[in-house]
Amino acid sequence: MSNPLLPLHVTDMSLDLDSRRLLSNITLTISNDGITAILGHNGAGKSLLLRALHGLINTSGGTVTWGGQSVTDARTRQQQSMVFQKPVLLRRSVERNISYVMKLPHANSEFTVAELLQLARLSNKARQPARTLSGGEQQRLAFVRALATGPSVLFLDEPTANLDPDATLWIEKLIETAAERAIKVFLVTHDIAQARRLAQEVLFIRNGRVEEHAAARQFFTHPTSTHSQSFIDGILTGSDL
Amino acid sequence: MQDFRQSFVQASQLIAELDPTLVEIVLLSLRVSLSATAIACLIGMPLGALLATREFPGKWLVTVVLNTLMGMPPVVLGLLFYMMLSASGPFGWMELLYTPGAMIAVQIFLILPIVTALTKQIVEISWTEYQPLLGSLSVGKWAAAKTLLWDTRGSLLTAALAGFARAISEVGAVIVVGGNINHLTRVMTTAIALETSKGELALALALGMILLLIALSVNALVFSTRQRVML
Repeated sequence: MSNPLLPLHVTDMSLDLDSRRLLSNITLTISNDGITAILGHNGAGKSLLLRALHGLINTSGGTVTWGGQSVTDARTRQQQSMVFQKPVLLRRSVERNISYVMKLPHANSEFTVAELLQLARLSNKARQPARTLSGGEQQRLAFVRALATGPSVLFLDEPTANLDPDATLWIEKLIETAAERAIKVFLVTHDIAQARRLAQEVLFIRNGRVEEHAAARQFFTHPTSTHSQSFIDGILTGSDL
Repeated sequence: MQDFRQSFVQASQLIAELDPTLVEIVLLSLRVSLSATAIACLIGMPLGALLATREFPGKWLVTVVLNTLMGMPPVVLGLLFYMMLSASGPFGWMELLYTPGAMIAVQIFLILPIVTALTKQIVEISWTEYQPLLGSLSVGKWAAAKTLLWDTRGSLLTAALAGFARAISEVGAVIVVGGNINHLTRVMTTAIALETSKGELALALALGMILLLIALSVNALVFSTRQRVML
């Protein structure tokens, strides 16, 4: 089954804020399914790139198209979902957080509420107020809620940044489940080991530019940029400080 | 001191015996103020949510005017309504002057800025948190406003309470448009003013005690409800 939002074409995209250039002349094409990890140091522009690809922020120049449609197109946006670093949960029960999304006019999930609860291992907490869950449970709920619209593309902004290893493992299982269901996943992460485990492709961002765009295996074994090599090796360079 | 004690005892007797005059005044007060609060909430809460979530030219001016209207003196608003509802006014044909309907109308306009401005402040805080999520889910502006109103319902009870407190305790507006007519438009605050001026302190004190009791009960109810819906 082909992904209707692929290929992604980004052409000469820039983002300026308060006279500062935060993303600079980004051009790339992504055609393959699977998981694309977006790596880079703090402040490199990873999360901004993710939000720009999702159409959550207006860029200053350039174009972003998904399957030939502009990112600003409503139907394009409606086929995408995002999970944030700090989960934003509605002030209602666990199951009603999911059913809220499923009731949206454009929601087209193959899952039922019960199946998503099971996927998140939260069936026994369905009626509990969502904000009383633990950090890991909240992120699992946010993740399956993002699946409730039936997205073709899933954006993950450091979804395991604040989680312990056990909670991280469960989120990674959910990421793999999403990718297995032909959902294109963009994963922003600082965790190089996680990118090695999950990603088929890597975008390495530095100073608001795409420093390297390569298959994950190639990126981790033969990076073409010295900055990529330093990042993989955990070495800080002066320009990144 | 003797007068005070005597008035207090008489007031307690009036309450204990459910004095018909007292009951009639209390029920009318509740009818007027609860109706005004409900209608003001129905209008002001969606309006406040839209003001919080939408950007438009002159929004700051609307906010400043709204905040200013929160301090509108009731007697001035009563005067404006009196002029509009009097026989020679533009709404004289409605024949509302000196009826509970006029009192409800004036109280709606008295508390509408309070409910709207407080709702705007409450929803704005949640909007900052929810905006990325609702934007990501492509939730429309109206649906977003509805979602925010539901999710802030615990805090919005405070806005409704503030409106009700203002309505039930004000005297200036209702006395001008209601006229404090016995068995028709006499409410607790206007009755207290009248009975005090006549030296009938027992009824005035009894009404004052009931006003405080209502305020206490409503606060307790809101507090307990808020605890349940805040999560």
